[in-house]
Amino acid sequence: MSETSTRIAIIAGHGTLDAAYPPLILATAALAMDMEAAIFFTFYGLEILKKDHADELKVAPIANPAMPMPVPNIIGMLPGMTSVATSMMNNWMKKAHVAKAGELLEMALESGVRLIACQMTMDVMGYKKEDLIDGIEIGGAATFLEFASQNAITLAF
Amino acid sequence: MSVTPDQVLDCSGMACPMPILKTKKAVDALQIGQVLKMIATDPGSVSDMDAWTKKTGHELVGQEQSGGTYVFYIRRAK
Repeated sequence: MSETSTRIAIIAGHGTLDAAYPPLILATAALAMDMEAAIFFTFYGLEILKKDHADELKVAPIANPAMPMPVPNIIGMLPGMTSVATSMMNNWMKKAHVAKAGELLEMALESGVRLIACQMTMDVMGYKKEDLIDGIEIGGAATFLEFASQNAITLAF
Repeated sequence: MSVTPDQVLDCSGMACPMPILKTKKAVDALQIGQVLKMIATDPGSVSDMDAWTKKTGHELVGQEQSGGTYVFYIRRAK
């Protein structure tokens, strides 16, 4: 076995249900593979860190032709369609036995994934430290880059 | 299978990444040299357990498949 990258540094920039999964899955799996992981939550990605909110994230049917059951935009724009699409997605994921985003977030914290909330976008979006879950860090670009610069695989979602 | 497991972990019905996360915890709880029998129904676990043992250095000493069930025997190496 050759020693290669032992770190993964991920940017989570979107706050939809589908966008929350890849960072959480990859980071928790990395810890399970004896790697280190950090996720930098910026802009809408901060949604994922809001207290008691990870299981409330939504999926937008509008302009989303990749839904398993595509919804025409003219229908997707109707009031309530985001909730409909979200509960459909939640049902599909339940059937496939996928863990909830909140569970993965908890496992990430428990296993030692560094969860970094972006200070600048917290200010932009009006989030305070107490709006976000406990156990996270708050930092800026340098905090993320210092971690990433040490031979990390870097991904953005 | 000639290997006698010291612990059994049932990950039936779990999807990625849970079998990996649970396996990691279970192997960490073993003594070095002991064997974990892990049962999964996720077809992706065949590739994932191979990759996981390669990366962590633990030893995949055997695997079986019958129907939709996959069984892995993992020896804690360090």
